Amino acid sequence: MAKNLNPEDINVILATDCGSTTTKAILIEKRDGEYRLIVRGEAPTTVEAPFEDVTMGVLNAVGEVEELSGRKLLDENGRIINPVNGNEGSDIYISTSSAGGGLQMMVAGVVRSMTAESAERAALGAGSIVMDVIASNDKRLPHEQIERIRRLRPDMILLSGGVDGGTTTHVVEIAELIAAADPRPRLGSGYNLPVIYAGNIDAREPITETLEKKTDLSIVDNLRPVLERENLLPAREKIHDLFMEHVMAQAPGYSKLMSWCDAPIMPTPGAVGSIIKTIAELEGIEAVGVDIGGATTDIFSVFQGVFNRTVSANLGMSYSVSNVFAEAGLPNVMRWVPFAMDERDLRNRVKNKMIRPTTIPQSMQELIFEQAIAKEALRLAFVQHKSFATMLKGVQQQRTIADAFEQTVSGATLVNMMSLNMLIGSGGVLSHAPRRNQAALMLIDGFLPEGITRLAVDSIFMMPQLGVLAEVHKEAAREVFKKDCLIHLGTCIAPAGQSRSGRGSVMSYRIDLPDGPRSGTLEFGRMKMFKLGLDEKTALPQTVSAVFEPARGFDLGNGKGAKVETKISGGVVGIILDGRGRPFIPPTDNATRVAKLKEWMAELQVYPEEALEKLL
Amino acid sequence: MAHAYTPGLKVTANYQVTKERILPLKGEVVVKVGDKVQPDDVVAQTHLPGPVEPMNVANILSLPPEDVGECMLKKEGDRIERGEVIALSKSFFGLFKSVAKSPIDGTIENISLVTGQVLLRGAPVPVQVKAYLQGEVVEVFENEGVAVRTWASFVQGIFGIGGETHGELMIVCRDHREILSDDKISDACRGKVIVGGSLVTAAALNKAIDVGAKGIVVGGFGDKDLRDFLGYDLGVAITGHEEKGITLVVTEGFGEIMMAQKTFELLKNNEGQLACINGATQIRAGVIRPEVVIPQDHSPAAVTGEERPENLGLTVGSPVRVIRQPYFGTLGTVTALPPQLQKLDSGSMARVLEVEFPDKKRAIIPRANVEMIEEI
Repeated sequence: MAKNLNPEDINVILATDCGSTTTKAILIEKRDGEYRLIVRGEAPTTVEAPFEDVTMGVLNAVGEVEELSGRKLLDENGRIINPVNGNEGSDIYISTSSAGGGLQMMVAGVVRSMTAESAERAALGAGSIVMDVIASNDKRLPHEQIERIRRLRPDMILLSGGVDGGTTTHVVEIAELIAAADPRPRLGSGYNLPVIYAGNIDAREPITETLEKKTDLSIVDNLRPVLERENLLPAREKIHDLFMEHVMAQAPGYSKLMSWCDAPIMPTPGAVGSIIKTIAELEGIEAVGVDIGGATTDIFSVFQGVFNRTVSANLGMSYSVSNVFAEAGLPNVMRWVPFAMDERDLRNRVKNKMIRPTTIPQSMQELIFEQAIAKEALRLAFVQHKSFATMLKGVQQQRTIADAFEQTVSGATLVNMMSLNMLIGSGGVLSHAPRRNQAALMLIDGFLPEGITRLAVDSIFMMPQLGVLAEVHKEAAREVFKKDCLIHLGTCIAPAGQSRSGRGSVMSYRIDLPDGPRSGTLEFGRMKMFKLGLDEKTALPQTVSAVFEPARGFDLGNGKGAKVETKISGGVVGIILDGRGRPFIPPTDNATRVAKLKEWMAELQVYPEEALEKLL
Repeated sequence: MAHAYTPGLKVTANYQVTKERILPLKGEVVVKVGDKVQPDDVVAQTHLPGPVEPMNVANILSLPPEDVGECMLKKEGDRIERGEVIALSKSFFGLFKSVAKSPIDGTIENISLVTGQVLLRGAPVPVQVKAYLQGEVVEVFENEGVAVRTWASFVQGIFGIGGETHGELMIVCRDHREILSDDKISDACRGKVIVGGSLVTAAALNKAIDVGAKGIVVGGFGDKDLRDFLGYDLGVAITGHEEKGITLVVTEGFGEIMMAQKTFELLKNNEGQLACINGATQIRAGVIRPEVVIPQDHSPAAVTGEERPENLGLTVGSPVRVIRQPYFGTLGTVTALPPQLQKLDSGSMARVLEVEFPDKKRAIIPRANVEMIEEI
């Protein structure tokens, strides 16, 4: 239960994150005046029979922390010891959670490309799977729409339609269809289906009359109050609140966990977003963060000071891994794999990971294949994020009525890979990659950054815990984040542009490394890596001067062919020059593709050479 | 001692199975506590509201929505017949009539003066909940349903498709390794739940449907075949609603994987008995696994009810199954549990264990890649 603690009194912090696959526990202590991460433990999340109690996984993970730290944290009854007593106990226990699976909802709006599309974006951004989009103009007959609502049994329906002050008829018609369908939720007979109404304020009264008795109705601000502007936040927040209630209802043992915590449990995506926002604000940068988990891939971005978050509930590395494979398609996954794999065998491996989500790759072949899937999951999630984080959101623009009715009403994305300063990765497949170079390449191949972009990973995916810690002790969270959380990988320098002939220079470079300058020309299709590590005293990345002169047709941020003189940061991987062009068009010929993959993997030292040779 | 492990699936000869059989809407429970029931016995029933047919009467009569009320010849709740005039408008001094006729038999559900839409409700759809098990009614939830209980041999699968069904168990493979190919399916499989070994082929699955088999229980099934069978790629493991004419319960995983010998033997020992099976699977929280329930006439001498298992974790001597390549599907016994992290071939550092296989060979396997086996 929540308690008011003076930050001065907090010296030992125990924090957990209950993911859909794994429960992670970290121990933070104040030593010599500074907060540092001491150890980390993990255990499979225990929502499944025979335990059906998320707190068992928490106790298992905390048990591992006890073993590794030598600090007794649990008493004989399996309760968390609180407060500290010598070498026992912790001052505070906090947690985040995303255990429990996903929300499935339907959205309805009046016009498919306008209010219905906005509603769909609100739902996707709140972490829901959208089962269907109903619109007055979706070409289905009313009784077909009703039957669809009945059959799908969503967890929740989001209804929107009509600008404020406009006509109410159409949106009330849709409400009448919903009432007629008398939708029953997945969970059983004694539960009214939540319906969120986020449309024309003038229709609130008839909507309430129509739906109040048959559904659990909530009313929020219109998500499209005028044609030119979206206001998705109130609807997303409401979906999110109901999402967490639903998720929590699905995660047995959650109410017990709530009673153990000294602060409200934060949803994992909320906690990670909070930390990303903080970094971007503190450093004045544009940043993208990604948390690729077992069930979902969450992407956070800050561009032009605007924070956006999408939760791709259908893309993940275990529960949703088959979805990634289905959406990306076999060729897109295999384009990252430098050896042949039988399609039948591959499909079985993917499905076996889906039904046994806590397993890990033991062989090099399995690792390379999983990382290829991860690249596609990142790519697909980012596509969803880019379409969500658009100019329309929160920015009033002067548009003509014609603009508003076109499909392009969704607007240009805020995401600008050229102006992106930092890309931060989190989640098992990134943070647990055996070599950091693998994480760097996954981020580069998944996101295809342009210009000059710093890369980092969350060392042991503790961003969720630090996000919730920041709510009770900002200083401790910041200290641990700077010193222990982020692993700086280095910087990717990738000129945008293409070579029609597939050859030629992309740019010339001069990098003043500590042991002497490196200069040369980067050929199209090649990658180059230079070691530039961390400062011994500060443990922060070393920074050096560099000059880049992109070839004609290539742009590194100052315009095509324009020189860039700047400082670049190192990391545990170093400086990566990416001359493969943007947009990146991988070779189609198999022999060339395999040869190039080998070349890039060797240059970036991604996998041990002998292990790779054995597979090829 | 580490606690980290993957809980295994239940495979046991004696297990008390209780299933709640609940209506989607309140209705009538037709059995009582103590009644003995068979799988097809109806235990509760109700009616779902009939399909809805909306009619935009305002458009049909060319009237503003608020005038529709005056033109209605029927009111909310009235019965209607197909072809019956339900609304009428007159214009030009009564000379011209416009009519709206009902397209269905049913009732008037709702008349909206905001939209001019009239909702017609068709005849109610009967819904019945069956017992699913052969057992005894042990609890009644008034107007909602019942709980049915039985002692049974119980096999939990890893993945399935299709819903509840039942039939006599029929073993069609010699042992847990044999592939269930189409030559093993005959008309004798009609109405049966057939048991195979390591794999069911696509041809066998289709032939089983043709001859009218109720279900298949097998070690493995290929994903490519699953895709062809379903007609789509399964994105997330949420199943049970497929209506393909058969229920499939896979006990080990995707691909050709020997059924665990103990599972096969348990099923073989029950050949000829009634098996109640369900392929519904949900691999998210609130996990649902497919199952085979073989009701037993007897109850064990000492009935203590279900016990909640302790969080025992892995120990030396624990029987385990490997659930990922390499050695996928192989059974073994834990011979060592080193506490320190070890480097795998992939380069990852992980908690591992040493397993000894039946041929006495030993291997290092990540702890995350084994599952505990419950003893029968």
